Amino acid sequence: MTTVTDPAPPQEKRSLTKRLAGANSLWIGLVLVALIAVFGVINPSQILNLVNLQNLLIETSVLLVLSVGMTFVIVTSGIDLSVGSVLVFSGITSALSMNAMSGGDSTHAGWGVVIVGGLVAVASGAAWGFVNGWLIAKAKIPPLIVTLGSFGAALGAAELLTNGSDVRSVPDTLANSLGFGTLLGGIPTMVIFAAAVTAVGAWLLATTRFGRHTYAIGSNEVAAQRTGISVTRHLVLVYVLAGGLAGLAGFMSLAHFTTTTLTSHSTDNLNAIAGTVLGGTSVFGGVGSVIGTVIGVFIPAVLTKGFTIIGVNVFWQPIAVAIVLVSAVWFDQNRRRARNQR
Amino acid sequence: MTTPLLEARSLVKHYGSVEALRGASFEVAAGEVVSLIGDNGAGKSTFIKCLSGAEQPDSGQILLDGKEIHLDSPTVARSLGIETVYQDLAVAPDLDPAANLYLGREIKRKGILGTLGMLDKKEMRRRAVEEFGRLGVTLQSVDVPIGSLSGGQRQSVAVARSVVWASKVVFMDEPTAALGVVQRERVLDVIRKVRDAGIGVVLISHNMPEVLSVSDRVEVLRLGKRVARFKASEASLTDLVGAMTGALVQEDVA
Repeated sequence: MTTVTDPAPPQEKRSLTKRLAGANSLWIGLVLVALIAVFGVINPSQILNLVNLQNLLIETSVLLVLSVGMTFVIVTSGIDLSVGSVLVFSGITSALSMNAMSGGDSTHAGWGVVIVGGLVAVASGAAWGFVNGWLIAKAKIPPLIVTLGSFGAALGAAELLTNGSDVRSVPDTLANSLGFGTLLGGIPTMVIFAAAVTAVGAWLLATTRFGRHTYAIGSNEVAAQRTGISVTRHLVLVYVLAGGLAGLAGFMSLAHFTTTTLTSHSTDNLNAIAGTVLGGTSVFGGVGSVIGTVIGVFIPAVLTKGFTIIGVNVFWQPIAVAIVLVSAVWFDQNRRRARNQR
Repeated sequence: MTTPLLEARSLVKHYGSVEALRGASFEVAAGEVVSLIGDNGAGKSTFIKCLSGAEQPDSGQILLDGKEIHLDSPTVARSLGIETVYQDLAVAPDLDPAANLYLGREIKRKGILGTLGMLDKKEMRRRAVEEFGRLGVTLQSVDVPIGSLSGGQRQSVAVARSVVWASKVVFMDEPTAALGVVQRERVLDVIRKVRDAGIGVVLISHNMPEVLSVSDRVEVLRLGKRVARFKASEASLTDLVGAMTGALVQEDVA
């Protein structure tokens, strides 16, 4: 029968340590730990201070929710530049509809109005995601171009809705609960909310069929198609997910800042992409994890905080992030090249 | 000859004014390896596309177990037990072999978690090890990304993925084209094992010695028509080449 005599190698599971060592997210996790340790040693009272830690977590919550959606998109080897604008748009539709339900000023509105506002935000985001996904998957326009278009269009639409000025009336119920409240003995509600969203995202990507198909499409779209996966439908769903999460982030931002912050999200897309890629998600698709993204999102945030505290000019932060980001992609690229030559 | 497992009768396919198939016929029985050979442009690829559901013929009949079938899409073909292995490595390199084997056919967990879409990775891995063992596919590990395996192992997984799900017929479009000698032998072993399991194997190859070594029969396409059929044990290299170029013509085969 066979003329090839190979000693049948044991088909064992790799040990946990080996698998961890192979994961990009482990290395970037160590970088984060090292950063915190270095800043912590230089100035322990500031870094390991509860208030500072709380602020850091709150400030990162909104970006984290955006980045969870971005992780799914980048794993499919796509990109979504529109998330920041969609966030603003969703915050505005949400605030406007809450105002409309309360006769013009929603400051004293109840839970019913707040819940509807949340749903409007998510639905607005998902609608933009659907437009993105449809144009990318069905009309086959490159994601970079489609989402560059919706990046501009969503912000333009938001400004049209309010004539370019922010909506500043937000229900106190919302601001005092999600915006500034704490739960479980002092943990900010924003953080718990973001952590819950992240946990669901991590579960969805790592353990479900939806996640498996997301990886497969990013890894080899043709192969995925041939195994009977409906690639078009799945891609649309991934962009709807990213849009919906951007809508949710818009709602969180609205709760925390109690205004629609029209002008402060023009670089959210880049921050979310940077965090996702820093966390080990490959821009070439097929590889990545939500856990990695959590770590990746905190690196720029920790750098900023750390630089402020130890007195380094904060303008060094983007330069430091840029170096780490470009080297991360460079390593990923070399790894792939080495693999494909086998 | 008994009823063939899969039979094509006088398939015709036009692309605009180009006639890719001009009444091509073909048959394969269960537990048989049939090679389909022909020069470039003979219509092999179009023929396979028609038989695997990727394209629909303009006229002609396709019969499975003697009953006429209509293959409107590859999904329909797959549901009838007809699988195709493509020439290019159609695997997801970032997923492990077990995930690739079960891609599009994932096993979910039982109960509420399964309803939510959660996968039973353990069960898939266990069954994958079993299937790879049955087909004689040796891998160092079933949980490394497939891209880190050698070309031969990758192709063995791609072949295994199709044959595991095929209950009737497997089409293989140059499954060994990109492989070295040892790796090629491995894939050929898998082909023999599949045949021994009672599945009809249709092999497309340009490698004549390979065709003669692994096939039971050989059918030759030329200019969109079947021009010759051989028993592999009785055919010589010269016969095959002659039939492909038109130097040798058999009667009554079209």
